[in-house]
Amino acid sequence: MQQTWFGSLDNFRKGSIEIIKGKPEHYAMSNVFEVASRAQPYQKVVVGKNLKYVIETLRAEGSSPWFAASHDEFAVVLDGEIDVHFIKPSGGPLVDAKTEGTVRLDGQPAGQPMGYVRLRRGHQALLPTGAAYRFEAVTKGVLLVQTILGQCSVEKWAEICIQ
Amino acid sequence: MDKVTGLQNVTATEPDPTTGYRIFHLGDFEFSRDAYFATVKWPANGQTRSHQMHADDFLRAMMRDVAWGFFYGWVNFDEVIGTRNHYGKVDMYAGSYNASYKDAGIDHTQQFDTPLIMATFKAILRDWVNEGFDPFAAPEETGSAFGAKHGDNIAAIERTRIATKRMPGLEGDSPLRDDLPVNRQFADVVQDEPEIHAEPGFEGALHAFSLFKYLSRSDVTWNPSVTSVCQQSLFCPTTEEFVLPVFHGNDRVEWFLQLSDQIIWDVADKDSGEPRARITMNAGDIAAMPADIRHKGYSQKRSMLLVWENATPDLPKRYESGELPPYPIQI
Repeated sequence: MQQTWFGSLDNFRKGSIEIIKGKPEHYAMSNVFEVASRAQPYQKVVVGKNLKYVIETLRAEGSSPWFAASHDEFAVVLDGEIDVHFIKPSGGPLVDAKTEGTVRLDGQPAGQPMGYVRLRRGHQALLPTGAAYRFEAVTKGVLLVQTILGQCSVEKWAEICIQ
Repeated sequence: MDKVTGLQNVTATEPDPTTGYRIFHLGDFEFSRDAYFATVKWPANGQTRSHQMHADDFLRAMMRDVAWGFFYGWVNFDEVIGTRNHYGKVDMYAGSYNASYKDAGIDHTQQFDTPLIMATFKAILRDWVNEGFDPFAAPEETGSAFGAKHGDNIAAIERTRIATKRMPGLEGDSPLRDDLPVNRQFADVVQDEPEIHAEPGFEGALHAFSLFKYLSRSDVTWNPSVTSVCQQSLFCPTTEEFVLPVFHGNDRVEWFLQLSDQIIWDVADKDSGEPRARITMNAGDIAAMPADIRHKGYSQKRSMLLVWENATPDLPKRYESGELPPYPIQI
């Protein structure tokens, strides 16, 4: 059979747009491996935006800061091996209910360690509301995060999209 | 003579003595099939107009429309016929989104309550899908749709989109797919699950699963099913092989992220059908489908695709009024 082909940080092949009428930028097309390969570790680069909702691509390398949100978020590993550590904060919610998107915390929040999940390519984890989390790359890789546009979201469409 | 066949208000004839298939009526539309073709007829300017599709293409398209509950926006079976979802009511149309038919004034649209059109479409599928043909499968995986009526395949047509509340595998949520076999074209996809190391007292509080394993076991093609829910943001991945059986025109922006292999998308104007672009997406590529286009995908190997939807209810009105531009990003 034909091999199933997944991309990676070091091996991706960006697609293309053949225009008949209109402009390539209408499709806001990028490649998440290319975006991650050019980004700082754990910079949350927006690659998909539908009103307030976003898909972010993160280059996973070393340790990330601690994050939290007032709503569920989800992470999918597309390359590498990445641990996600969780803490149950002792002082109640770390993020105000009105604040949407990922919030970066200063240092490690006080609370009880909940444990960790080890994710490899194709694995998805729930980043549940009410928990703080941190990524630790066992080997460098690429993460997708499903969330809402927030204070850590970085938009640089002109740099990443086919034009 | 028309008669009610038991399903709510579905109008159908007795089986044709030669082909074995029933003829169905839905408002002004008539649906019939023979050994090779599905034929749709409608009135326009005092005449009867007609349109034919290959029976297999027609049944694959109708299967998606039924399984998706008429989906978002326009589900074009081909360049002439299709449905538009108004979420409670559904338009059936012929030629209404084809520039030539529209100019000639031979198009026709009629609106139905969702339960009536759904019951009629399901009755058509039950009658027209023969034993050995699975309209949800890729051509290499299933038998022929052609010939006179022989048996049925009710099990194959009763599958629906998976409704997930938060994430599959959570207690009280949609199940994982450990009981389904790995698809032949994903035989090389690693089947390991994430390691979950919960501290005492937090067993069950951490949740992760292998999405690629889950997708490798999908038993249907081109059927977006929800795997994570962030308010109205829905990840709806699916496995794709051969051709998307419909030309989907959305009433909102959606995004595609190619998770494996490659899909080529034909993109055309939503209203006229005029071609606009052809987009080749490889693993890792992400692109928006603007709100003013229709699209149809081609996947020569079974591939994994993340379809990303915003399910906010008032979006169609906001795009239609021009409040929201059809393109999500201004560069």
